[in-house]
Amino acid sequence: MPVTAAELTELLTGSSLVPEHVEVVDTSDGCGSKFEAIVVSAAFDGMGLLDRQRAVNDVIAEPMKAIHAFSMKTWTPKHGID
Amino acid sequence: MKAVASMLVLALSSAAALQLPQTPASSVRRRSPPPSLNEAMTKDRIEKMIADNKVLLFMKGDKIQPQCGFSNTAVMILKAVTESAGCDFQTFNVLADNDVREGIKKHSNWPTIPQCYIDGEFVGGCDLLIEMYQNGELAEMVEKAAAS
Repeated sequence: MPVTAAELTELLTGSSLVPEHVEVVDTSDGCGSKFEAIVVSAAFDGMGLLDRQRAVNDVIAEPMKAIHAFSMKTWTPKHGID
Repeated sequence: MKAVASMLVLALSSAAALQLPQTPASSVRRRSPPPSLNEAMTKDRIEKMIADNKVLLFMKGDKIQPQCGFSNTAVMILKAVTESAGCDFQTFNVLADNDVREGIKKHSNWPTIPQCYIDGEFVGGCDLLIEMYQNGELAEMVEKAAAS
Protein backbone atom coordinates (compact mmCIF):
# COMPACT_ATOMS: atom_id res chain seq x y z
CA MET A 1 0.00 0.00 0.00
CA PRO A 2 1.46 3.40 -0.90
CA VAL A 3 2.38 5.71 1.95
CA THR A 4 0.46 8.99 2.10
CA ALA A 5 1.46 12.41 3.37
CA ALA A 6 -1.56 12.32 5.71
CA GLU A 7 -0.37 9.06 7.24
CA LEU A 8 3.11 10.47 7.88
CA THR A 9 1.67 13.69 9.30
CA GLU A 10 -0.50 11.69 11.69
CA LEU A 11 2.42 9.52 12.82
CA LEU A 12 4.63 12.54 13.49
CA THR A 13 1.89 14.58 15.15
CA GLY A 14 1.06 11.75 17.56
CA SER A 15 4.69 10.93 18.33
CA SER A 16 6.68 11.59 21.49
CA LEU A 17 8.22 14.62 19.72
CA VAL A 18 4.90 16.40 20.36
CA PRO A 19 5.54 18.76 17.46
CA GLU A 20 3.99 22.20 17.30
CA HIS A 21 3.85 21.98 13.57
CA VAL A 22 4.12 19.20 11.01
CA GLU A 23 4.04 19.70 7.29
CA VAL A 24 4.50 16.76 4.93
CA VAL A 25 4.37 17.25 1.18
CA ASP A 26 4.24 14.39 -1.32
CA THR A 27 6.77 15.35 -3.99
CA SER A 28 6.40 12.12 -5.93
CA ASP A 29 3.39 13.27 -7.97
CA GLY A 30 1.26 10.89 -5.95
CA CYS A 31 3.11 7.58 -6.21
CA GLY A 32 3.77 7.83 -2.48
CA SER A 33 7.49 7.27 -2.40
CA LYS A 34 8.97 10.73 -2.08
CA PHE A 35 8.23 13.31 0.60
CA GLU A 36 9.43 16.58 2.03
CA ALA A 37 8.70 17.36 5.64
CA ILE A 38 9.00 20.21 8.11
CA VAL A 39 8.79 19.27 11.77
CA VAL A 40 8.80 21.97 14.44
CA SER A 41 9.27 20.64 17.95
CA ALA A 42 10.60 21.94 21.25
CA ALA A 43 12.05 18.45 21.73
CA PHE A 44 14.72 19.41 19.15
CA ASP A 45 16.05 22.12 21.43
CA GLY A 46 19.61 21.29 22.40
CA MET A 47 19.82 18.44 19.90
CA GLY A 48 22.28 18.36 17.00
CA LEU A 49 21.03 18.10 13.43
CA LEU A 50 21.88 14.41 13.19
CA ASP A 51 20.03 13.52 16.39
CA ARG A 52 16.99 15.53 15.29
CA GLN A 53 16.82 13.64 12.01
CA ARG A 54 17.38 10.33 13.79
CA ALA A 55 14.44 11.12 16.07
CA VAL A 56 12.20 11.73 13.05
CA ASN A 57 13.50 8.61 11.30
CA ASP A 58 12.62 6.56 14.38
CA VAL A 59 9.01 7.76 14.26
CA ILE A 60 8.55 6.89 10.60
CA ALA A 61 10.72 3.74 10.58
CA GLU A 62 7.87 1.48 9.46
CA PRO A 63 6.56 3.46 6.43
CA MET A 64 10.15 4.42 5.63
CA LYS A 65 10.71 0.90 4.34
CA ALA A 66 8.39 1.69 1.44
CA ILE A 67 9.59 5.26 0.87
CA HIS A 68 12.25 6.07 -1.69
CA ALA A 69 13.13 9.52 -0.44
CA PHE A 70 12.33 11.53 2.65
CA SER A 71 13.77 15.00 2.96
CA MET A 72 13.28 16.97 6.15
CA LYS A 73 13.74 20.22 8.01
CA THR A 74 13.82 19.89 11.77
CA TRP A 75 13.26 23.16 13.56
CA THR A 76 12.69 24.27 17.10
CA PRO A 77 9.88 26.79 17.78
CA LYS A 78 12.63 29.41 18.20
CA HIS A 79 13.82 28.92 14.61
CA GLY A 80 14.10 32.18 12.71
CA ILE A 81 13.09 34.35 15.66
CA ASP A 82 16.51 35.91 16.23
CA MET B 1 9.26 -65.64 -2.75
CA LYS B 2 8.31 -63.05 -5.32
CA ALA B 3 6.01 -61.35 -2.81
CA VAL B 4 8.79 -61.15 -0.23
CA ALA B 5 11.15 -59.63 -2.74
CA SER B 6 8.69 -56.95 -3.81
CA MET B 7 7.93 -56.12 -0.16
CA LEU B 8 11.65 -55.71 0.43
CA VAL B 9 11.94 -53.38 -2.54
CA LEU B 10 9.01 -51.39 -1.25
CA ALA B 11 10.55 -51.15 2.22
CA LEU B 12 13.89 -50.06 0.80
CA SER B 13 12.43 -47.47 -1.51
CA SER B 14 10.27 -45.94 1.20
CA ALA B 15 13.29 -45.74 3.49
CA ALA B 16 15.21 -44.04 0.71
CA ALA B 17 12.31 -41.69 0.14
CA LEU B 18 12.32 -40.78 3.80
CA GLN B 19 16.00 -40.03 3.83
CA LEU B 20 16.24 -38.27 0.50
CA PRO B 21 14.96 -34.81 1.49
CA GLN B 22 17.59 -34.50 4.20
CA THR B 23 20.56 -34.96 1.92
CA PRO B 24 20.17 -32.01 -0.47
CA ALA B 25 19.16 -29.68 2.34
CA SER B 26 22.26 -30.36 4.39
CA SER B 27 24.55 -30.10 1.37
CA VAL B 28 23.00 -26.74 0.47
CA ARG B 29 23.60 -25.56 3.98
CA ARG B 30 27.24 -26.57 3.75
CA ARG B 31 27.81 -24.87 0.40
CA SER B 32 26.68 -21.29 1.06
CA PRO B 33 27.79 -19.47 4.22
CA PRO B 34 25.00 -18.54 6.61
CA PRO B 35 23.75 -14.95 6.11
CA SER B 36 25.27 -13.84 9.38
CA LEU B 37 28.78 -14.66 8.12
CA ASN B 38 28.20 -12.70 4.91
CA GLU B 39 26.87 -9.81 6.97
CA ALA B 40 29.93 -9.90 9.20
CA MET B 41 32.22 -9.81 6.17
CA THR B 42 30.31 -6.86 4.71
CA LYS B 43 30.53 -5.06 8.04
CA ASP B 44 34.32 -5.51 8.02
CA ARG B 45 34.55 -4.17 4.46
CA ILE B 46 32.43 -1.14 5.36
CA GLU B 47 34.47 -0.40 8.48
CA LYS B 48 37.72 -0.63 6.54
CA MET B 49 36.44 1.73 3.84
CA ILE B 50 35.36 4.26 6.45
CA ALA B 51 38.69 4.03 8.27
CA ASP B 52 40.75 4.32 5.06
CA ASN B 53 39.01 7.36 3.58
CA LYS B 54 38.88 10.72 5.31
CA VAL B 55 35.90 11.92 3.34
CA LEU B 56 33.73 9.13 1.99
CA LEU B 57 30.32 9.19 0.35
CA PHE B 58 28.16 6.09 -0.09
CA MET B 59 26.01 7.06 -3.07
CA LYS B 60 24.01 5.93 -6.07
CA GLY B 61 26.30 6.14 -9.08
CA ASP B 62 29.71 7.77 -8.92
CA LYS B 63 31.32 11.22 -8.85
CA ILE B 64 31.25 11.53 -12.64
CA GLN B 65 27.76 10.17 -13.07
CA PRO B 66 25.51 10.32 -10.01
CA GLN B 67 22.32 8.31 -10.53
CA CYS B 68 20.02 10.12 -8.13
CA GLY B 69 19.36 13.79 -7.43
CA PHE B 70 20.20 13.46 -3.75
CA SER B 71 23.51 11.77 -4.48
CA ASN B 72 24.24 14.44 -7.08
CA THR B 73 23.64 17.22 -4.53
CA ALA B 74 25.91 15.48 -2.03
CA VAL B 75 28.68 15.19 -4.64
CA MET B 76 28.42 18.88 -5.58
CA ILE B 77 28.66 19.94 -1.94
CA LEU B 78 31.60 17.65 -1.13
CA LYS B 79 33.40 18.78 -4.29
CA ALA B 80 33.11 22.41 -3.26
CA VAL B 81 34.12 21.83 0.34
CA THR B 82 37.05 19.48 -0.31
CA GLU B 83 38.41 21.69 -3.08
CA SER B 84 38.62 24.68 -0.81
CA ALA B 85 40.18 22.54 1.93
CA GLY B 86 42.75 21.25 -0.57
CA CYS B 87 41.83 17.59 -0.20
CA ASP B 88 39.83 14.98 -2.06
CA PHE B 89 36.84 12.75 -1.36
CA GLN B 90 36.03 9.19 -2.31
CA THR B 91 32.72 7.65 -3.30
CA PHE B 92 31.30 4.15 -3.19
CA ASN B 93 28.53 3.16 -5.58
CA VAL B 94 25.95 1.18 -3.61
CA LEU B 95 24.08 0.29 -6.82
CA ALA B 96 27.01 -1.95 -7.71
CA ASP B 97 26.99 -3.83 -4.40
CA ASN B 98 23.76 -4.80 -2.71
CA ASP B 99 25.51 -6.16 0.40
CA VAL B 100 27.04 -2.74 1.07
CA ARG B 101 23.80 -0.99 0.13
CA GLU B 102 21.91 -2.85 2.86
CA GLY B 103 24.90 -3.09 5.21
CA ILE B 104 25.59 0.64 5.35
CA LYS B 105 21.98 1.36 6.34
CA LYS B 106 22.40 -0.94 9.31
CA HIS B 107 25.88 0.29 10.13
CA SER B 108 24.86 3.96 10.26
CA ASN B 109 21.36 3.21 11.53
CA TRP B 110 20.23 5.46 8.69
CA PRO B 111 17.56 4.44 6.18
CA THR B 112 18.59 6.27 3.01
CA ILE B 113 21.41 6.87 0.53
CA PRO B 114 23.58 9.02 0.19
CA GLN B 115 25.50 8.75 3.45
CA CYS B 116 28.61 10.74 4.23
CA TYR B 117 31.45 9.81 6.57
CA ILE B 118 34.18 12.25 7.62
CA ASP B 119 37.16 11.14 9.70
CA GLY B 120 35.46 7.84 10.47
CA GLU B 121 32.30 9.46 11.72
CA PHE B 122 28.82 9.35 10.23
CA VAL B 123 27.82 12.88 9.24
CA GLY B 124 24.41 12.29 7.69
CA GLY B 125 22.51 12.26 4.42
CA CYS B 126 21.77 14.88 1.80
CA ASP B 127 19.65 17.14 4.04
CA LEU B 128 22.36 17.35 6.67
CA LEU B 129 25.08 18.03 4.11
CA ILE B 130 23.03 20.92 2.74
CA GLU B 131 22.41 22.43 6.17
CA MET B 132 25.98 21.93 7.34
CA TYR B 133 27.29 23.37 4.09
CA GLN B 134 25.16 26.46 4.58
CA ASN B 135 26.11 27.01 8.21
CA GLY B 136 29.81 26.36 7.65
CA GLU B 137 30.05 23.28 9.89
CA LEU B 138 30.89 21.00 6.98
CA ALA B 139 33.82 23.12 5.79
CA GLU B 140 35.14 23.11 9.34
CA MET B 141 34.90 19.31 9.61
CA VAL B 142 36.58 18.74 6.26
CA GLU B 143 39.38 21.19 7.01
CA LYS B 144 40.00 19.43 10.31
CA ALA B 145 40.01 16.03 8.61
CA ALA B 146 42.39 17.28 5.91
CA ALA B 147 44.82 18.64 8.50
CA SER B 148 44.83 15.52 10.67
